[in-house]
Amino acid sequence: MKKEEIPQDNGALGKIAREVTYVVDENGNYSTGQSTGWDVKTEALNVAWHDVEAKIEAAKQQVLAGTASPILYFMEKWIMDLNILASYTGYWKWTIKKHLKPSGFQKLSEDKLKKYAALFEVSVAELKNPFKQSE
Amino acid sequence: MELQHTNFKHLQAAHCENGVTTALLRHYGITKITEPLAFGIGSGLFYIQLPFMKVNGGPAISFRTMPGLIFKRTCTALGVPVTRKKFRSHEKAMQELDERVLAGKPTACQVGVFYLTYFPKEYRFHFNAHNLIVVDKKGDDYYISDPIMEGLVTMNSYELERVRFAKGAFAPRGQMYYPGDHLKEPTDEQMKQGIIKGIKRNCRDMLHIPGSFGGVSGIAYTGRQIKKWKTKLGDEKARSYLAQLVRMQEEIGTGGGGFRFIYGAFLQQAHPYLKADELFDLSRQFTAAGDKWRDAAIQASGIYKGRLNTQADYDNMGDRLIEISALEKQAFQQLKALMGKMK
Repeated sequence: MKKEEIPQDNGALGKIAREVTYVVDENGNYSTGQSTGWDVKTEALNVAWHDVEAKIEAAKQQVLAGTASPILYFMEKWIMDLNILASYTGYWKWTIKKHLKPSGFQKLSEDKLKKYAALFEVSVAELKNPFKQSE
Repeated sequence: MELQHTNFKHLQAAHCENGVTTALLRHYGITKITEPLAFGIGSGLFYIQLPFMKVNGGPAISFRTMPGLIFKRTCTALGVPVTRKKFRSHEKAMQELDERVLAGKPTACQVGVFYLTYFPKEYRFHFNAHNLIVVDKKGDDYYISDPIMEGLVTMNSYELERVRFAKGAFAPRGQMYYPGDHLKEPTDEQMKQGIIKGIKRNCRDMLHIPGSFGGVSGIAYTGRQIKKWKTKLGDEKARSYLAQLVRMQEEIGTGGGGFRFIYGAFLQQAHPYLKADELFDLSRQFTAAGDKWRDAAIQASGIYKGRLNTQADYDNMGDRLIEISALEKQAFQQLKALMGKMK
């Protein structure tokens, strides 16, 4: 890539820092330049976030339909999966799988609810009823 | 920002681990080191697509070696002692960091980016192999030199502890690391030997790694896979997969073209030590490969933006990677032959 070819599009990172890129001059000698962003990768990042949003929405619908517990919704909202959630809570994955079901969620102790609520930065009431305000 | 305990100079770099390695070594006395040299001596260039493994639901692709290796290898090559510590206790992790920082000794930490306060929200996934240097402390605030940023930033003790103990894959577990205090500038001969060793190791990784999904053959492997994605995965998922490939290739830290441009810069900077003119031509070959990677990214973006959507478009994308594989294979073979002649 040549110095004058460095893309200067709007990127999310460009809001806080221009990125260092390695470029060549007309003689092929390397130096560095800065880039505010590149549409090609901004789009790639958008695709990733689009996937995340779709997962959150699907989880929300499952919770509203009563086929999954709010833990699933919050897990997706915090871009976590079973592994990450297990390591943050210290619960086994199969334990969490039970909590993802409405029946398992009903049986959760106050302590466990508090632990999930703290991790997801909501109150226990919001944890039990995440969509109350929005409806 | 005025630093009290140290005269540390912030250094912006393309990649976090290169940047941390370079800035720390320079601070502790090795002025010959630069980001490309650290990357090359540490044999940072790589390619692998791990089969059967998924990251964020997409293909597990990496353009670089395992986290931590660049620092370790570069220090070893230059005869620099390294200390790396993990902690079970959060208190102890913060206390030991405080002791060093207040004594004027900047120290690197591995952190997760999900809770990294100064990062834009769009970049905050659960990625745990980010590196930064803690340079000073005033009251409850830590002064942080993050190679991605243009200047110093701050975090309070709660925020720093949180990112040091992020959870999930590659959990940092409070990890901190640093070189020795008063480092001796390496001789030109030491630099030369480090560079030769780094290049040889990189040739080995790219040319001779067993299996078909790592090194130059791994690039062709991904190319062949891509051609099947449309029918195998369906349009939506295939687009997500391509977007993930581009993110790994171009996202913060690669310096563009999946690190190939940094490697091209490294080969040029190696010239004063190795004095082999062939390095300039090899550098050009890596620049060309980097450009091809970027052209491939543009092709991929046509697909994930929805502008291109035929099987021929996927075939085109796959063929680009197969071509790059051949180019890099040739470049590394020439590099290997050249190293065979060096003493």
